[in-house]
Amino acid sequence: MDRKIRVIIGKPGLDGHDRGAKVVAAALRDAGMEVIYTGLHQTCESIVEAAIQEDVDIIGLSILSGAHMTIFPKVLNLLKKKRAEDIILTGGGIIPEEDMKKLEKKGVKKMFGPGTPTTEIVDWINENVRAKSKKTKTKKIKKKTGKNRS
Amino acid sequence: MKNEDISIKMNSLKKLLKGDKRIIAQTISAVENDTNTKILETIFPYTGKAYHIGITGPPGAGKSTLVNVIAKKLLEKNNKIGIIAVDPTSPFSGGALLGDRVRMTDLALQKNVFIRSMASRGSLGGLASKTKDAALVLDASGMDYVLIETIGVGQVELDIAQVCDTTVVILVPESGDSIQAMKAGLLEIADIIVVNKGDREGCDRLIMELKFAFELRDKQAGWHFPILKTIATENKGIEELVSAIDSHRAYLHKSGKLEDERKGKLMLRIHELIEEKIRAHLKEKIIKEDELKIMIDKVYKRKLNPYRIASNIAKGIIKSQTRRK
Ligand SMILES: Nc1nc2c(ncn2[C@@H]2O[C@H](COP(=O)(O)OP(=O)(O)OP(=O)(O)O)[C@@H](O)[C@H]2O)c(=O)[nH]1
Ligand SMILES: [Mg+2]
Repeated sequence: MDRKIRVIIGKPGLDGHDRGAKVVAAALRDAGMEVIYTGLHQTCESIVEAAIQEDVDIIGLSILSGAHMTIFPKVLNLLKKKRAEDIILTGGGIIPEEDMKKLEKKGVKKMFGPGTPTTEIVDWINENVRAKSKKTKTKKIKKKTGKNRS
Repeated sequence: MKNEDISIKMNSLKKLLKGDKRIIAQTISAVENDTNTKILETIFPYTGKAYHIGITGPPGAGKSTLVNVIAKKLLEKNNKIGIIAVDPTSPFSGGALLGDRVRMTDLALQKNVFIRSMASRGSLGGLASKTKDAALVLDASGMDYVLIETIGVGQVELDIAQVCDTTVVILVPESGDSIQAMKAGLLEIADIIVVNKGDREGCDRLIMELKFAFELRDKQAGWHFPILKTIATENKGIEELVSAIDSHRAYLHKSGKLEDERKGKLMLRIHELIEEKIRAHLKEKIIKEDELKIMIDKVYKRKLNPYRIASNIAKGIIKSQTRRK
């Protein structure tokens, strides 16, 4: 059976606009993914905890408040602490080009600027999750048990 | 990368039984995506301890909000709680938007709570078969309670009662009169009825109607069906609801019904699994899609009929089955 791609869309921090996040969530659903939406004003801790319990492939954060330079690194850190670095972190919002580059250097897999067409996000997720599951699959087979989840 | 194969490794099993959240999550994914039942066979001996509560009712009735407050109440007594919240899969894309967590943010960081959102996927005829399997994983992981929230009810979800010891049906004044709830079969599966959004108009009238409708059933069943009023968003009536759940549990114990009902449910599950397996086998191995396609033209032109074709094919299968014995 096909393993469905699972994504969590989080809105950390204080800004109260989740229109963008909802548009992306709906687009991912329409692309056949299972999207967990957590609502406004989430803490980094609760997003990471939810990502683990929901066993998602990807975390997508939408940040409009300007706090991106603290929030993204914090989430990366928490993932590391929980030994869940295999969950891909991505996101977007109102974020200057320069900051996007910095964040990608720090380990956010990809930043999407404002106005990115949702199709681009869908394609990127499909590609990257598939690449990831291929990696773990071959690893698993090497680890003697032939079974895998996909 | 910690993405180890968790099919049946002893180490992972130990962690699962201890309630390691990452392992619980990965195990649920594994049973959700795999038709192989090895994992379930391995964990089954460790299940049967958790008490299962089903929360069902029409879309938007306040199921998630109630799960949130019920869980908080149960946490006060130091219980471990597993929650499964099901939302519908889009029949068009196969994707799903799972939003029940939005109402459960109070629980997000509780050590003793595990929440999993599930999509209904293509399940016909009821609560996703995989939901039952996921509940089994939570049971094995040492939860005292497993709470299952169904998707907004249609006819298909009545078998929530097949998994749960206590089924709570949530109605709201807006969901119409009691006749509508009866038509949907909701009231037949209820052990406890809650009219939520007690702050809205029409609540007391609905409760009156329900009380009337239930008088008859009360006498037959030996269990007095409580009809309660709650305001989930204001945490009102929750104390009473949780104590009604406790009473129902005590009633099941005392009357010996808990064991009887659980045996009945296991029986149903076995039947269901046999049917699943046979259906899959038929689809993959026996029924030749190409041959059917050739015939369909004749059926369309009324030269053959579906009834004869089906009964011929079925007869063939049954014959070959008895010959083999
Ligand atoms: N006024 C009022 N609103 C409530 C009450 N309980 C829940 N709500 C609101 O009703 C809406 C739906 O609540 P949910 O808990 O998401 O309902 P649900 O039954 O889980 O919905 P689905 O899972 O989508 O079927 C939310 O906006 C809640 O805040 C209540 O007692 N009174
Ligand atoms: Mg809900």
